[in-house]
Amino acid sequence: MSRVILETHDLTVRFGGHVAVDAVTCAFRAGELTAIVGPNGAGKTTYFNLISGQIPVSAGRVVLNGRDITRDSVAHRTRAGIGRAFQLTNLFPNLSVLENVRLVIQSKAGLGYRLLSMASGHSEVTDKAVAILDRVRLYEKRAQLVSELSHGDQRKLEVALLIALDPAVYMFDEPTAGMSVDEAPVVLDLIADLKAQKDRTILLVEHKMDVIARLADRIIVLHNGALAADGDPAEVIASDVVQEAYMGKELTDV
Amino acid sequence: MIVKLLSGDTPRSPVLAVILLAILVALAFAPFLFPGVRSVDTAARICIFIVLVASYDLMLGYGGIVSFAHTMFFGMGAYGVALASTHMGRGFDAVAVGALSGALLAAAIAFLIGLFSLRVRAIFFAMITLAVASAVAVLVSQLSGLTGGEDGLSFQTPRALTPAFRFGDELFGVRLNGRLLAYYLIFGVSLILFLLMLRVVNSPFGRVLQAIRENDFRAEAIGYRVVGYRVTVTCLSAFIAALAGALYAIWLRYVGPDTVLSFDIMVDILLMVVIGGMGTMYGAVIGAALLVLAQNYLQALMGMAAGAVAGLPVLPELMNADRWLLWLGVLFVLSIYFFPTGIVGRLRQRRQGRAAQGR
Repeated sequence: MSRVILETHDLTVRFGGHVAVDAVTCAFRAGELTAIVGPNGAGKTTYFNLISGQIPVSAGRVVLNGRDITRDSVAHRTRAGIGRAFQLTNLFPNLSVLENVRLVIQSKAGLGYRLLSMASGHSEVTDKAVAILDRVRLYEKRAQLVSELSHGDQRKLEVALLIALDPAVYMFDEPTAGMSVDEAPVVLDLIADLKAQKDRTILLVEHKMDVIARLADRIIVLHNGALAADGDPAEVIASDVVQEAYMGKELTDV
Repeated sequence: MIVKLLSGDTPRSPVLAVILLAILVALAFAPFLFPGVRSVDTAARICIFIVLVASYDLMLGYGGIVSFAHTMFFGMGAYGVALASTHMGRGFDAVAVGALSGALLAAAIAFLIGLFSLRVRAIFFAMITLAVASAVAVLVSQLSGLTGGEDGLSFQTPRALTPAFRFGDELFGVRLNGRLLAYYLIFGVSLILFLLMLRVVNSPFGRVLQAIRENDFRAEAIGYRVVGYRVTVTCLSAFIAALAGALYAIWLRYVGPDTVLSFDIMVDILLMVVIGGMGTMYGAVIGAALLVLAQNYLQALMGMAAGAVAGLPVLPELMNADRWLLWLGVLFVLSIYFFPTGIVGRLRQRRQGRAAQGR
């Protein structure tokens, strides 16, 4: 088995009396793509928010490469290797497509506090950004403002930002939501490429069973915030309990 | 060369380029083009306000941070120069020490306010700056032993900057005295500070600021510690505002609460940045030039207009020179209505609209 990269220990968050994520203990290994499934409101996105730091935890710990990052800011976690793409597209709408990607590369290169050099003078940043746009097939649209892009292209850019960040842990939250049948495969192929790199840990919240069947090495099921099942995709999907009680409608749709 | 000086941030509109060039030429040769105490005084004020408004735009237009303490930072630089000149005796060393310590104090206070309030929400920053600025204004008028209270401080600037200093006879009918040198000191420093700010907004740091303004949540999630950037830009903005204040003190040879700390100046800054166009830097140039000109000449202009329509009903009353503030208000409302993105935003839009049609 490969090395454990990310662990959550008894990770819990309460909103008032409601326990949204309930003592989830789980470890994620390098080179492994884990699909996180469960009915709406099961706490999948909240679990993501706890790991990447958007929401403070009520109890429990998040450990990255053996280091406790539970109290770290989002920016610190990002630089430590936790990268996140969002379910609702979350970009810089009035900047160009290229500038969106450049910002990520610039962050990785640690250039944020350069006050007196010209941003456009850092050609290595621009070159890397262009290469990534080429990879996600947005190169032609690099000069457009993000607000002018179609929904599908915005989803692609969302994924492009994460690829540009190239973190140790990739977290995708329904990356193909709302994308057309033609566009979704582009994003899925990108995720498959990442998986092929072997050393990346990928977490994927997804509803579509065909996507999960194609990409996942492992499935964990959340229900009412708690870990309800964890294991090999075939086993988890086949288990009757999971089928009926935990996946509900989404599974029978496919 | 020019593009490099402008940090690659060209006006991007021919009309805008012409206007900016006209303002630059007018300011660069103001003492020769518009001789007279009043017009040169207006030109110096325009230079100083361009820097002050641009430094505010750095924070508001690029950083998305609303502050009401900008006049306070401005005043710190001004009082720095005044106090240093009073206690150290006249001289450039006193001016330098005063300007620098005023600017450093402004940056330090901005740092403290920013650290405590920008962590939470930008709106807290606005409220805290309002409170601190009011407190400082009261403090300055109360500490009359140190600051001269409501009367302010008159002080002596270096001899080389006074009218008594002559370094030649006349050039194109303009007396070559220390006032001329003082004007060119202000013009030169203002130009350098403006170009410096233009560089900062086009640097990697400037891009991060724009990202934070657009979407601070996501900026954090790609690894930028938002509070750090916000505090940094606030300090930088305060530092430059204080330097503008120092220039103002050098020009007026006087500081007082009404002249450098009043809330009216804060309102002026807001008007200038909004009329010119937020987040453009060049907006500061146009906004400052327009408003300072209006403040200085609208009254006279209206006096002439009132004379022209004398004898007609109602109109002379409306054109009465005492009503100039009313017309300034009308001017402001109209410009917001017709140019919601400011004059610079509007001019650039037209260009883009045409480019889009051409495609």
